[in-house]
Amino acid sequence: MAEPTTRELFLGEAFGDPSQPLHVNLGPAHPAMHGIIRIVAELDGEIVRKADVEIGYLHRAFEKDCEAGPYNNAIPYTDRLNYVSPLINNFGYCSAVEKLLGIEVTDRCQYIRVAMSEISRICDHLTCVGASAMELGAFTVFLYMIKAREYLWELVEEVTGARLTISYGRVGGVRADLPPGFDLKVKRAFGETRQVLEEVHTLITGNRIFKDRMVGVGVLGPEETVAWGITGPLLRAAGVPYDVRRAQPYWAYDRLQFEIPVGRRGDNFDRYLVRMAEMEQAMRIAEQALEGLPGGPVQVDFEGRAIDPAVFVDRGKQGQTEGLLLLPIALSPNLEGQDRRARERVTAPDKRVTLPPKETTYGSIEGLMNHFMLVMDGYGIRPPIGEAYVPVEGANGELGFYVVSDGTDRPYRVRCRPPCLPPVAALPAMIVGEMVADVIPTFGSVNMIGGELDR
Amino acid sequence: MDGQAILARLAAQLGPAVRETLAYRGDHTAVLALEGLLPALRLLRDDPDLRFDLLVDITAVDYLKYPGREDGPRFDVVYHLYSTTHNHRLRLRVPVEEDDAQVPTATGLWPIADWLEREVWDMFGIRFEGHPNLKRLLLYEEFEGHPLRKDYPINRRQPLIGPRV
Repeated sequence: MAEPTTRELFLGEAFGDPSQPLHVNLGPAHPAMHGIIRIVAELDGEIVRKADVEIGYLHRAFEKDCEAGPYNNAIPYTDRLNYVSPLINNFGYCSAVEKLLGIEVTDRCQYIRVAMSEISRICDHLTCVGASAMELGAFTVFLYMIKAREYLWELVEEVTGARLTISYGRVGGVRADLPPGFDLKVKRAFGETRQVLEEVHTLITGNRIFKDRMVGVGVLGPEETVAWGITGPLLRAAGVPYDVRRAQPYWAYDRLQFEIPVGRRGDNFDRYLVRMAEMEQAMRIAEQALEGLPGGPVQVDFEGRAIDPAVFVDRGKQGQTEGLLLLPIALSPNLEGQDRRARERVTAPDKRVTLPPKETTYGSIEGLMNHFMLVMDGYGIRPPIGEAYVPVEGANGELGFYVVSDGTDRPYRVRCRPPCLPPVAALPAMIVGEMVADVIPTFGSVNMIGGELDR
Repeated sequence: MDGQAILARLAAQLGPAVRETLAYRGDHTAVLALEGLLPALRLLRDDPDLRFDLLVDITAVDYLKYPGREDGPRFDVVYHLYSTTHNHRLRLRVPVEEDDAQVPTATGLWPIADWLEREVWDMFGIRFEGHPNLKRLLLYEEFEGHPLRKDYPINRRQPLIGPRV
C-alpha cells in the first residue's frame, strides 16, 4: 500500500473506514471540571457516543474518620463535604444525632439554622450559576455573582468566625448566638444580591448566545430523573416539585412562607431558572426567619429542656456559689458567644449534650465537672443504641445523614448521602448523543462538589 | 400511608421473608431475609399504594463490634427509599454473612443502584450478584482491603502506586 498523503492521514481515509471513534479525557485537571473528576468520552466527530465517569480523586475517608472520634469531632469534617454551603452539612449532621438522642433544639436555634442554611444555599447557587455562565463566555456574570457571594460570606464570617471552615453547628444547638444588628446587615447584603440577580437576568436570561447553549441541552425527563435518584434543583427543573423543606418539614420550615420553583423541560436552561428563582425564595425565607426570630434559649439538654446553667449548681451549696457565679468574668475574645446569656438562647438545655457556659465552667465545680464529662474520652454525648436517618434540603438536593449508635461516645457508623452523586452518575445519560461542547454547560448545571461527591 | 401500614402491607405480601419490623424515632425499618430483597424492592416500587420511586441510598454497616451482634450476621446492607407521589419513607435492612458476602443487585430496578452498589463493594467488600460493572468507585483498583470494615485499621498505609505504563 502506498504511503498515505497528509490529507488522507488527517481525514482518516488511509485506514479504510473514514470515521473512527476518538477517545478524549475530560479531566481530571480540567478548568471546567469544578472539582477533580474524569470523563472518558468516546467521540464520533463532535458527537459524544459513550461516556464513562471516574470519581474518587478527592476521597479522604470522611465516614471512617467520623467513627474514630466522639460525636462532635465529626463537625469539622462535615464543613468539608459541600464546601460552598458548609452550614447545611453541619446542621444536617447535628439533626441526625439529635434525632438519635430524641431531643429537640430550641425555637431560636431552629430559626438561626434556617436563616444560615438559606444564606448558604444562595452562596451555592451563586457559585454554580456564575461558574457555568463563565464557562459559556459570560465572564461578567461570574464576577457579579462572586461579588454578591462575598457579601453573603461576610455575613457568614460575622456569625461563625470563618468563611468556609465554619464548624458552627453543635449537637443540641449552634456554637453561638447571632451578633447584634445582624438583621440589618442581612438586609443590606440581600439588597446587593437582589441587584446582582436583576443584572444577571438582564445580561443572560434572554441572551441569544446563552439560550442557544442551554435550551434543550442535557435533558432528563421526570421519570428518568427520579429513577436516577436525583433530587434538588435538577429534579424540580424536570417538573417534580419534591423539596424536603416542604415535603417533610424540619426545623422551622413549616412556619415560613415560600414557593417551590418548578421547571418544565428538565434542560440546562430550566435548571438555571430554577436556581435563580430559588435564590429569591431563599432570601425570602431567611428574611422571615430573622424577622420572626424568637427569644429564648438556643441550646437544650438531652431531654429537650432549655438549659439553665444555674441548675447545675448544687442546691445545697447555692449560698456559697451564687455570688461566685454572678461575678462578671472577662472572656477571651476566642470565647465570644460562650457567655451564659448568649449561650442559653442558642443551645438545648441538656447537660448530656451541650457544654455549660464559660462562667459556669470557671465559676463552679459542677460546671467544671459537667464540662469534663462532655469532653473526656469515653464520656461525652452517648446516644442510646439505635439508628436514625435525617434528610435536609441541601443546595444540590436531599442531603441525608444516617447515624448508627452503639451506646458509646463515638458514632458506630456515619453515612452521608451526598446529593450530587446521583446527577454525576447520571451524567452519561445527559451527555451521550450531544455535542462535545455541550458537556460543559451540562456538567456546570449538575454543580458537582468534589468534597461531598468523594467524601 | 403511614409507616406502620407500609410495614404491615410488606409483611402480608412477603410472609416470612420479612424477619422483623421496627419503628424507632419515627423511622420505619423492615429487616428482610436475603431471598426476600428483590421481591420486596419490586413490590415497594411498583405497588400503586406504595410507589417508592426514589432509591435514596444504599449503604452497609459492619456489625463486627456491635453489642449483641458479635456472632450474628456480620453486615447489614441498608436501603433508604422515598416516594415522591405519596411522600413516605422506608428503610430496609438485609443481614449478610461474612463468608461470601453477596446480595442480589438492584440495578435492574433503579439505574442509580449501579454506583451506590459499587461504593458498597468498594468500602465493605460486599458483592452484588448480577451487577454489570462491579468495580471500585472511590478508591483505586490496586487498593487492598475494604476500609469501612471494622477490622480495617484507620492508620493502615497503602503502597503508593505510579501511573500505569
